[in-house]
Amino acid sequence: MDVLGEGLLEAVRLLLTGAEDTWAITGLTLRVSLAATLIAFLLGVPAGAALALGRFRGRRVLLAVANTGMGMPPVVVGLFVTVLLWRGGPLGALGLLYTPTAMVVAQAAIATPVVVALTATALQQVDPDFLPQMRGLGATRARALGALLREARLPLLAAGMAGFGAVVSEVGAAQMVGGNLAGETRVLTTAAVLATSRGQFALAIAFGLVLLAIAFTVNLVVTLAQQRHAVRR
Amino acid sequence: MLLGRVLAAVAVLVTAVACGGEEAGSPPEDRTLILATTTSTQDSGLLDELLPVFTEQTGWHVKPLAVGSGQAIELGRRGEADVLLVHSPEAEEKFVAEGTAGDRRLVMHNDFVLVGPERDPAGIRGATAADAMSRIAESGAGFVSRGDESGTHAREQQLWEANGITPAGDWYRSTGQGMGATLRVAGETAAYTLTDRATYLTQRDSLALDVLAEGDRALLNIYHVIEMTTRAGDRVQTDGAAAFADWIVGERAQTIIGEFASDGETLFVPDAGKDEATLGN
Repeated sequence: MDVLGEGLLEAVRLLLTGAEDTWAITGLTLRVSLAATLIAFLLGVPAGAALALGRFRGRRVLLAVANTGMGMPPVVVGLFVTVLLWRGGPLGALGLLYTPTAMVVAQAAIATPVVVALTATALQQVDPDFLPQMRGLGATRARALGALLREARLPLLAAGMAGFGAVVSEVGAAQMVGGNLAGETRVLTTAAVLATSRGQFALAIAFGLVLLAIAFTVNLVVTLAQQRHAVRR
Repeated sequence: MLLGRVLAAVAVLVTAVACGGEEAGSPPEDRTLILATTTSTQDSGLLDELLPVFTEQTGWHVKPLAVGSGQAIELGRRGEADVLLVHSPEAEEKFVAEGTAGDRRLVMHNDFVLVGPERDPAGIRGATAADAMSRIAESGAGFVSRGDESGTHAREQQLWEANGITPAGDWYRSTGQGMGATLRVAGETAAYTLTDRATYLTQRDSLALDVLAEGDRALLNIYHVIEMTTRAGDRVQTDGAAAFADWIVGERAQTIIGEFASDGETLFVPDAGKDEATLGN
């Protein structure tokens, strides 16, 4: 049990002093995961809207694909991205493997299906008459769609938070495409795994607690914004 | 119609992101080489001592990938790494014979040790490696294997084979993980395992495992540096490989290796230029 207490003290020490490169590692974790979430959001919301509102063949199959993608193991995504980015792979000339950019790509691939599937669900829960009514009131299609997205903003934010939660906590893809290089691609999850394999358990727990703290902070900010809107309605 | 707009929006976004990604991705940095090495060099902390000095002296920046020796060799074979620092001599010799690798040079050694619970249910304390392995198999006391094609796993398999034992059954477990994780499993389940001494020493305070069999020539753990060539892949940086290999067998690196210690015990013996056959005598 002392290792848990030590881990807690260690986490406080790391956050206060920035020892073990904690600030740099935390900063990179936030940058990579937020960038990946943003990309996933920008790709996933339109795609989810198309799946929710569109009328085309294969729509339900695509929805099922997105729903499956929500459970896609990060290590599988990491493996695909790694093989694509290998020097001898199709995108090897870009030289992206073992860089933060590669991690953003892999994490965006993990988060996008989450955002797509949750966006589709969110939009389908809005009253099906909403769009025809808006059009009937004289709104252009774009305005009607904008109003629909505003109507569903709470679950859409939740979709973004779910995507962020999926990527900030994953270790498989980050390890594989990033390589856990000190000072370059080491994020909180891979740092925790390395500390564990070095037998530095208090340090590993400390990294885990720092991760929890930043995930909580990000979600707190978004939730506060979300609920302020909720109250205004 | 709505769908058309949505799809158009998606297309624009995809294009934007794709282009943005290319701009954001810096071109391959000059003078950065990829070193594929074993978990033991990273988990023991040796790389942290060596690489900054190498970078300072040569200007080469290093991306170290700490994986099992099997995976490290595979990365070399595919031209995904420029230089290898590995400890799986049999596999290395086969690999070099394939012709994609260049120079292979002796760097350092330490040794493997058989560790287990203090009460030693199989009675291997002080035994030779061969005796110890057969006693563990006969007694059915637990043994935890790396099972990950690492250099340590390869050595373990050789030891079983040399005794004509095919390890299988309830007593034999395979973690498929690195040395640190495997030691942990062995410690928590009061089982035996084969480990490199460096990783064991850096972690022994948190492990309920004692060194029971050691000091046998069959337990020598020898590290070589292998330069890759463009025969493995067009993008292999042979100049980086040569820079690293020359440096690690050079005076400065060999001194760092010899002085690297945990709790006052040195973990590796620098061996550059020695005859491999004389090691451990």
